[in-house]
Amino acid sequence: MPADFNWAIGGEAGDGIDSTGKIFAQALSRAGRHVFTSKDFASRIRGGYTAYKVRTSTEKVRSVVDRLDVLVALTPRTIEENMDELHEGSVIIYDGDRTTMSDVEIPDGMVDLDVPLKALAEDAGGAIMRNVVALGAACEATSFDIEHLDSSLKKRFGDKGQAIVENNKQAARLGQEYVQENYPDADLDYDLDTTDNDYVLLNGDEAIGMGAIAAGCKFYAGYPITPATDVMTYLKGRIEHFGGHVVQAEDELAAINLALGGARAGARSMTATSGPGIDLMTETFGLVATSETPLVIVDVMRSGPSTGMPTKQEQGDLNMMLYGGHGEIPRFVLAPTTVEECFWKTVEAFNLAEKYQTPVYLAADLAMAVTEQTFEPEAFDMDAVEIDRGKVVDEDTIEDHQTESGGFKPHEITEDGISPRAFPGTAGGAHMSTGLEHDEQGRRTEDTEMRVKQVDKRNRKVETAKEREDFSPREFGDADADNLIVTWGSNEGTLVEALEYLDDDDVDVRILSCPYIFPRADLTEEFEAADQVVVVECNATGQFADVVEHDTLQRVKRINKYDGVQFKADELAAEIKETLAADGQEVEA
Amino acid sequence: MSSQVRFTDFKSDKQPTWCPGCGDFGTMNGMMKALAETGNDPDNTFVVAGIGCSGKIGTYMHSYAIHGVHGRALPVGAGVKMANPDLEVMVAGGDGDGYSIGAGHFVHAVRRNVDMSYVVMDNRIYGLTKGQASPTSREDFETSTTPEGPQQPPVNPLALALASGATFIAQSFSSDALRHQEIVQKAIEHDGFGFVNVFSPCVTFNDVDTYDYFRDSLVDLAETDYDPTDREAAKEKVLDADKEYMGVLYQDEDSVPYEETHGLDSNMSEIDHDGAPEGAMDLVREFY
Repeated sequence: MPADFNWAIGGEAGDGIDSTGKIFAQALSRAGRHVFTSKDFASRIRGGYTAYKVRTSTEKVRSVVDRLDVLVALTPRTIEENMDELHEGSVIIYDGDRTTMSDVEIPDGMVDLDVPLKALAEDAGGAIMRNVVALGAACEATSFDIEHLDSSLKKRFGDKGQAIVENNKQAARLGQEYVQENYPDADLDYDLDTTDNDYVLLNGDEAIGMGAIAAGCKFYAGYPITPATDVMTYLKGRIEHFGGHVVQAEDELAAINLALGGARAGARSMTATSGPGIDLMTETFGLVATSETPLVIVDVMRSGPSTGMPTKQEQGDLNMMLYGGHGEIPRFVLAPTTVEECFWKTVEAFNLAEKYQTPVYLAADLAMAVTEQTFEPEAFDMDAVEIDRGKVVDEDTIEDHQTESGGFKPHEITEDGISPRAFPGTAGGAHMSTGLEHDEQGRRTEDTEMRVKQVDKRNRKVETAKEREDFSPREFGDADADNLIVTWGSNEGTLVEALEYLDDDDVDVRILSCPYIFPRADLTEEFEAADQVVVVECNATGQFADVVEHDTLQRVKRINKYDGVQFKADELAAEIKETLAADGQEVEA
Repeated sequence: MSSQVRFTDFKSDKQPTWCPGCGDFGTMNGMMKALAETGNDPDNTFVVAGIGCSGKIGTYMHSYAIHGVHGRALPVGAGVKMANPDLEVMVAGGDGDGYSIGAGHFVHAVRRNVDMSYVVMDNRIYGLTKGQASPTSREDFETSTTPEGPQQPPVNPLALALASGATFIAQSFSSDALRHQEIVQKAIEHDGFGFVNVFSPCVTFNDVDTYDYFRDSLVDLAETDYDPTDREAAKEKVLDADKEYMGVLYQDEDSVPYEETHGLDSNMSEIDHDGAPEGAMDLVREFY
């Protein structure tokens, strides 16, 4: 287990929780420490409990844990909400002068740091900086060099002028000094070492946006929705530097249709939304697929159905992405497994979309999208990005794909199922695209023979992709173990950490994390080699478990979590042990 | 653009399946002539069609085209134009497509003011589903689904456009071939969203809004001293309950299209790098 440290700030939405947490996380990252953040937030702008948690270690951290070492509590509820995670020796920083905090009782055994946050902030130049005072106090409590915080404050407030930066630095110093002077004997048993490593800190939504730009995406249309909005926020203001454009559409229907238009014009195009938005986009999804338009559609899943729990984790949209839309439609469904993979799978999504002229769903989830993680910058090696635009024809090659009378054949029946593609403006390439069944030229037809040929042609792309692409799962743990754990999406990091707990208990497992939902690898051999197979996912019914059972004709065990919270490593390890031990089977030791 | 382009170059080899006498024949001919006359050719033209009888137009014309889903043609057209401003984009649809299922998109397309033209074939009925009330059907127009008439006022597309900030509003009549072509041409030439509501009679299901009705009742603004740049005058005209007009009802001559306000001037289909674009590593460094 890495010697990790857990910090959180909690209060009401509107208290600046998010930005304060981010400043601290960034300071840790700049000090060469690994960081994994998580957010506990409600669907409201002001009021209601919200928290930002930071887990940090000098080693890689991949998930959240049930422990808090230092808690900045801006409201009494912050303490109540986190009581289970606090332990003997936990430090609680709060402002006893604040009316609501004046009679708060710090539980026995914990370190009580009552700091006049607001008053000190006013001394530094404004009450608004009280959270920064708390950060200074936290630095003192953890022996963390406050200069790293300075650098993070400069990054955060640099645009607002040097004076603001200096005031904030001062606020942090006042918090630090107050703890030094007033709690000289407090037992602050924490030490946040720094390293010389350089890390970048980003979340899944940002990684998806960055991947899109890297892949040459030029056109993005979207409608704000939690937790996908950050993709649009990231792209806006950045994609323009690379010749691209972001449109905030009037609704999700418009968003996907705008993106479809961009894609038909030949631009690499994308839209991102969450489950309710996918519902609205589904009709056009059928047109995208039938007209064989390359398009990347990101679904950052949250708890459903309907409005569900907009700020909570779930992986409940898998069936919709796999089967949504009337009729039968070939598509790709990719599920990134880490923030880093959000970047790479986005790049891959664009290549698959254009190589196979199909829509590609990118199935991200809230836990990954809003979670910031540190990476070595080389994890996003731009030199390793490749662009493959597939079968695009130009004025010189278009003749090979025309009828005798000169009509272009955008839906030419080919052996691999992939037809030529002509961008508008290409001489001799003018053609019709339609959601109606069509002939090779894209003209409506109800001819029975042509109908079958076109359906088969579109479906053949899936077979071609299986031959040409590598859809292997990512593998962790003991390759020879008899117990096989299968998962997808953001659970990978938690499972990898759970391995250490399982190892402590001498439980050997092999983990397959599946980033390709469709087309996907055939796991029959792996399943047959295993004594027990357990599928871990954040939904109630086991949507991925159903799929692999169908593929392999083998029953699997299931671990499902659908309370809105992502898995935690220790809890998951315990549940795996219990599941493997069920039915009286011996757990391999 | 090549001066040899003829309007017939915009014709596909598919024979229309519209009913004999349908107004859409004239509407489409005028669109093709207007496109040719404004110097476009099929390879630089993108036509987006909606659903219904009007939506078939993309099949009967020859150009780059897409037949969208019901009511959503406008955002598709906007996406095409934003991604490649060099293309001439024309969106065509019907009254159901544009003012019922697509009414929200209509309002926002008008606001957005992308430089494209939007031609609505308004026959005041749903033809392809065999005769139900449409959003522009008269209040007392009896149909299979409204035996006593819709009993609600029709949508006023011209007023809706004006209220939404339209920079070009026109109305034409498919059977007046020359005027229709001229009006669509003006919409194409307009710098921004050129909206044309075309009376395109349904000879099979609508026995009220007939060729004769429009021929007798339409007031041609070209024959009056009407000034289409006068927004106040346009307000009066679009809200006039007693008369219907043909011609350009409003044009903002200072209209600046979306592409210009948003600095869109490149063809986004081009990607001039095999890997990540130059400077992409800066995107990573930002996260230090």
